[in-house]
Amino acid sequence: MRLLKAIAGNAKATVGALLLLAFIVFALVPGLFARDDPTAQTYPRNLGASGAHLLGTTGLGQDTFAQAVYGTRQVLEIAFGAGLASTLLAALIGVAAAYLGGWADAALSLFTDVVLVIPLFPLLIVIAAYVHNSGTGVLIAVLTFTGWSYTARQLRSQALALRSRDFLAAARVRGERASYIIAVEILPTMSSLLVAALLTNALYDVLFASSLQFIGLGDPNSTSWGTMLYWAQNNEALQTGYYLQAIVPGAAIALLGAGFALLNYAFDEIGNPALRPVRGRRRLALPRRPRQEELSRA
Amino acid sequence: MRFLLRRAGFFVLTLWAAVTLNFLLPRMMPGNPALAMMGKFHGRLTGQALQNLETIFGVNTRESLLAQYWHYLGDMATGNFGTSLFFFPSPVGQVVRSAIPWTLGLFGVVTVLAFILGTGVGIISAWRRGGVVDSVAPPLLVISSAIPYFWVGMMFILIFGLKLQWLPWSGGMDITETPAWTGEFIGNVVQHAILPALALLITTIGTWTLTMRNNMVTTLAEDYVRMARAKGLSSPRIMLDYAARNAVLPNLTGFAMSLGFVVGGAILIEYVFNYPGVGYMLLQAVENEDYPLMQALFLLITVAVLVAILLADIATAIFDPRTRTTR
Repeated sequence: MRLLKAIAGNAKATVGALLLLAFIVFALVPGLFARDDPTAQTYPRNLGASGAHLLGTTGLGQDTFAQAVYGTRQVLEIAFGAGLASTLLAALIGVAAAYLGGWADAALSLFTDVVLVIPLFPLLIVIAAYVHNSGTGVLIAVLTFTGWSYTARQLRSQALALRSRDFLAAARVRGERASYIIAVEILPTMSSLLVAALLTNALYDVLFASSLQFIGLGDPNSTSWGTMLYWAQNNEALQTGYYLQAIVPGAAIALLGAGFALLNYAFDEIGNPALRPVRGRRRLALPRRPRQEELSRA
Repeated sequence: MRFLLRRAGFFVLTLWAAVTLNFLLPRMMPGNPALAMMGKFHGRLTGQALQNLETIFGVNTRESLLAQYWHYLGDMATGNFGTSLFFFPSPVGQVVRSAIPWTLGLFGVVTVLAFILGTGVGIISAWRRGGVVDSVAPPLLVISSAIPYFWVGMMFILIFGLKLQWLPWSGGMDITETPAWTGEFIGNVVQHAILPALALLITTIGTWTLTMRNNMVTTLAEDYVRMARAKGLSSPRIMLDYAARNAVLPNLTGFAMSLGFVVGGAILIEYVFNYPGVGYMLLQAVENEDYPLMQALFLLITVAVLVAILLADIATAIFDPRTRTTR
């Protein structure tokens, strides 16, 4: 309830949430919006926009609108699948490192840093090149195992800041196990950071997966926006004047991405009080920072 | 000094990890992709070159995995990456070298410009919280950073290249040109660079602006900034010398890293503009299953990032005294 209120009270969050919601509905019940089978190659090729084909047809005679609507599903599967999995993996590694400390921390942090600096997109290309025609599952797995490190680092430093707090000392004195403390005591206090990380990871997963599909490293028979771009490029859609084939999937990615990015930006404002105009009271008794108005008048 | 030694150790460790990834990946994949590649080029390769590739990819060798690995490390250390299959019979090292200047020239400039412009907008946006810049720029930049940059490139090709025909949109120069230090040739290269550069600039400014704005907001609340105000210093002085100077520190590392990412960072921009740089070459290598070239390019990109990080660490150690005492 508080979350809904926070979203409704922030313009960026509202727009972002509405965009995301619209795409989720497309992904769940695509048949409500598009009559055509997205893979059926039954129409004349390269038609322009018309009443029968809102966004024209592809170079293989498929309905572009139907493809865009049905394609939402795979894109969101990858966004949430890989986004959730990599965020969870990051939380486990990051928080464990911070909580365990000592050698375990040194080893886990080093591992995180090494993964962090190996250039991600080239690595994805190399892996996908060996795999050939990666489907949804492979893409999710690859994105998960390569994309957790930044979040892990963030969560580790957040958990380090929590380490000396009283409620954790209390839990330790009660004799709770480390796994219990991490899962029940530490992770919930970081929920806003986790949500922000999930949104960022989901955004990057969409961009990376679409990019891989665009250069032909995905499964060319799957229905998704990146694959649509791949076929548009193959069909030389820009040079031959079939613009819609390239514009539609790219715009769809941009809109979904904007949804994730706006929500994330808004969560940053909601979660980090320093970044928004100060209203209401803070929960923690931090030393009061001068307000913006005071600063600029000083 | 200890700090720098530790960072140098990290450099070596990560480099080793990247080389090991290169070694393990083709061997871990089902149906050994390297074998398929060698089959495809069967008959073209003979003698030493063939044997060389066979050791690199572990095909037809009776060596144990460990011995192969040892061999491989030796090959990488001596810069022996094998023969490129697509650009046969050029050795990989030579092929790679021809692509580097294009990428460095174009994307080096873009990265520096994006950092300067983005940081500038971020400073102003945080200084005038709630002002015009602050209410327009960040949301716009948030959205622009969510757009796939290769698609922005495609739209630029469509609008400025194909429709308006203002600028060339394919390749690094006209085929009729011969490389020389003449005004005409340089002008031609610059013309070809404008569209890809703009496409990348637009999609990368956002990150710098947002992080700088947020750092700035935090820094402006520090006591030393209040102290500067109490001393009655002028606003520009407080904004730049007191706040921005400290707020930019965390971003410097990021900037140095992004300089490293220049080498591999704009792969898809090069792809849509057929720009003859490192990224385009990587995709050509992938498309033609030229794994030796692909491995070498991946290593090159990783090394570039690592060198940049090391330089950033050295710079931080010089500029930020805190790193010298703690850590």
